[in-house]
Amino acid sequence: MHPWIGAGDEDRRRILAELGLDSIDELFSSIPAEVCVDRLPMDDGRAENAVRSELQSMALANLSPECVPSFLGAGVYRHVSPSVVDSVLSRAEFFTSYTPYQPEISQGTLQVIFEFQTLMTRLTELEVANASLYDGATALVEAVLFSHRVLRGKRNTAVVAETIHPMYRQVLNTYADSAGIEVVTVPPGPDGRLDPDRVREAAEEPCCVAVQSPNFLGIVEDLPGLAKATQASGALAVQVVTEAASLGLLAGGGRFGFDVVCGEAQSFGVAPGFGGPHLGFFACSEKHIRQMPGRLVGESVDEEGSRAFCLTLSTREQHIRRAKATSNICTNQGLMALAATVWLESIGGHGLRRLAMSCLARTEELKRRIVEIGAPWQLAYPTSPTFNEFLLVGPGTGPELVERLANEGVLAGVPSALWDGSWPDGIVTAVTECNSAEDLDAFVCALKRVS
Amino acid sequence: MKRRAIRSEPLFFERNPRRVQRQGYMLPALDVPEVEPTEVLPPELVREPDPDFPDISEMEVVQHFHRLSQLNYAVDEGLYPLGSCTMKYNPRLNEVTARYPGLAGIHPLQPESQVQGALRLIWELEEALKTITGMPGVTLQPAAGAHGELTGILMIRKALEARGDVRQVVLVPDSAHGTNPATAVFAGYRAVEIPSGHDGTVDLEALDRMMDETVAAVMLTVPNTLGLFEHRITEISKLVHDRGGFVYMDGANFNSFVGRALPGLMGADAMHINLHKTFSTPHGGGGPGAGPVTVSEALIPHLPVPRVTRDGDTFSLLWDDPKSIGPMRGFYGNFLILVRALTYIQSLGADGLRAMSDVAVLYANLVRHRLKGAYHLKYDAPSMHEVVFDDSVQTRHEVHNTDIAKRLLDYGFHPPTMSFPLIVHGALMIEPAESVDPEEVEAFCDAMLAIARECETDPNLVKSAPHDTPVKRVDEVRAARNLKVRWVPEESP
Repeated sequence: MHPWIGAGDEDRRRILAELGLDSIDELFSSIPAEVCVDRLPMDDGRAENAVRSELQSMALANLSPECVPSFLGAGVYRHVSPSVVDSVLSRAEFFTSYTPYQPEISQGTLQVIFEFQTLMTRLTELEVANASLYDGATALVEAVLFSHRVLRGKRNTAVVAETIHPMYRQVLNTYADSAGIEVVTVPPGPDGRLDPDRVREAAEEPCCVAVQSPNFLGIVEDLPGLAKATQASGALAVQVVTEAASLGLLAGGGRFGFDVVCGEAQSFGVAPGFGGPHLGFFACSEKHIRQMPGRLVGESVDEEGSRAFCLTLSTREQHIRRAKATSNICTNQGLMALAATVWLESIGGHGLRRLAMSCLARTEELKRRIVEIGAPWQLAYPTSPTFNEFLLVGPGTGPELVERLANEGVLAGVPSALWDGSWPDGIVTAVTECNSAEDLDAFVCALKRVS
Repeated sequence: MKRRAIRSEPLFFERNPRRVQRQGYMLPALDVPEVEPTEVLPPELVREPDPDFPDISEMEVVQHFHRLSQLNYAVDEGLYPLGSCTMKYNPRLNEVTARYPGLAGIHPLQPESQVQGALRLIWELEEALKTITGMPGVTLQPAAGAHGELTGILMIRKALEARGDVRQVVLVPDSAHGTNPATAVFAGYRAVEIPSGHDGTVDLEALDRMMDETVAAVMLTVPNTLGLFEHRITEISKLVHDRGGFVYMDGANFNSFVGRALPGLMGADAMHINLHKTFSTPHGGGGPGAGPVTVSEALIPHLPVPRVTRDGDTFSLLWDDPKSIGPMRGFYGNFLILVRALTYIQSLGADGLRAMSDVAVLYANLVRHRLKGAYHLKYDAPSMHEVVFDDSVQTRHEVHNTDIAKRLLDYGFHPPTMSFPLIVHGALMIEPAESVDPEEVEAFCDAMLAIARECETDPNLVKSAPHDTPVKRVDEVRAARNLKVRWVPEESP
């Protein structure tokens, strides 16, 4: 019997005898014979060492970005990962527990989520944040559907900046159709930034205007101007954030009147992991809390008056409301929210500022040195403000350049032409506090050799 | 010496009250010139002051989370018999493989040539799930079961549209999990309930009346939430297919018949598989899960993109396909959860997977056998992997299922599921799962029997439970009425 199965053959015989059965097959007599099989056409079980080496061989067939100077971003970022984070995540009290529906024995998970919610409200500068969503792309979807609900389904157009991560926009398109929402896309101006006037003219009566800052091209948007333009139309203003570390240095959209700030918080201690699991987040103003998707933890007291936490406003959710729920979501990314909470509490408030300053300084240094190299390399938007990412163009298409620079030992970024858009064909390059001065030197050397 | 019991832990925000500079982590040294943010960024966008939360030392962080962890119940502590949720052992090998740097550290947008191992891993898990379900297509994208449901229903919608057939209704049995009707509505359909027959399975005559040209799909959980196998499943599928509909199978309970029967043979067009149930990936306090969807030939063209394709020994990603419903989320799925599931499947193999279901079903029947009599069984038919009692014997003493649940906490067990199925009033849905030892299952039964006696002899003891938990019964009504969903300092309004 396999070690992950609790009963041995003797045990099975004993239990069958207690049940008055001769064979375990009798327990399956309600399954019609025509759908049954004798065995699956696959290998039998294997010992731990065999499985380890099989999985390890697949792992070793990948190039780990830890091993070479890496400037990959475009929605997934490499930041410091304090050893404390994985140590806490490895505690079975956290990773093997269920959704905290029984608050008396789940105060650990519940308090972590309450701390996560508080941290996210402080970073987004909004009043309420939920316990997390699947990822940044689905957070955008939920924000659009949320806006549609808040405006009682009377406005069926969503205005979306083209410079929101193109993958997020594709995911939105998958959902928008069945929700009866038309998506109108607004391209950026020649400087890669959105023009508030064009946003204002994009649609008659949109339910929301969604923008990303810093945007897909790394450029910081005019959030106060965009919030004003949106409010004039009566729509909800939505800010998407894919690089959450930017919130250490840039004000959250709530300060400028954004109704929703949502996106991806993978930067806060969650492994790149080939794209998941990551950590969607969603914050909004308190007046809309009953339309907010996802789980929410609230503070209460127990019978003796001690502080205690529990899931709350679950009347919005599917297990109570069924067909009338605000969303069909039945999960959050609990363990990833724990990772972000441990990460943020390790880094600290001032630490997050210093981390973001470090990203900014390294990015500015690399941009300065690229300008110094000059032709054939150039910044696509040299005068636009960026946080830790920018679009680089050079002697070839993005995919060609990425490949040639990889041959020079540098993972230079993500080809911008992976997705259609009104931007030049180049490389989206991200720089974080993990990129040392030597990494920047290696990047510059590689650029000089590829020309 | 008895360890100090941890009953509460201050919030992070209440730590370091003097807000002095401490450091929880040392950042890499700044080896480039510092930049004044307002010189390169619009000054009005720069955050002032710094993010407002405390800086604490590393040990303080570790102690904080250690103490919080002590307030949680977990699978490693004891039986976690949540029906339908399948709280089985989370193998430590899964945690090892999912942390290999070549898997955890790779970026999803690296050139394909640099991530051949990861693409192969996805392909291998796809093949394994196709074999295990007997279905010809699969997507690993969905992040959870409910997300899988939505993926499946959107594919069905797309397939109907492709043949110019617009339908409005999705039929869902009254015993279904709440996500089923919520999914149908989210996908733009009207959810209509099919009544259960007297034996707890779908009322075939009612289905026959309801299944017309307005019905896009029937969503069925097999076995259903009562732990009963839909024994007329092939008749149901034929009826639905003959009238142009699709069969969506909710695979939340797939763990009860792996290696014994194939959903593909049952006529399923789409079925999500909760990797965090059947295939042992951890629940993580509420996620992340993963909900791959296997599909029939009819739905293969509509699978989400990007998809992994294979040409000889080379794997690629297909990003565009006009027939696809499009991407359901970012990238390719909860990849590190997929790694854990593949680890589990390879470890158990064909023989182990079948034994897994055997023991899961055996344990549920043991619980049914031992508790029958003390607790009422509304549907007294052989159980699959779970058994649903109700509290109708105990309500005579004014004790309800929630009281029994809270009393179980005192006995050191997690309570069963109570929020559904809605067709059983006061439900106690019990699923032991196969990974615990039989003595643990028996100890749980003993605790349930002891509580049943207490309900007669000392009902107040049960109604005032729990008595031995970090906090006493929590006032959930107050939490909803007097909303406090973030910490605010005492002095502010």
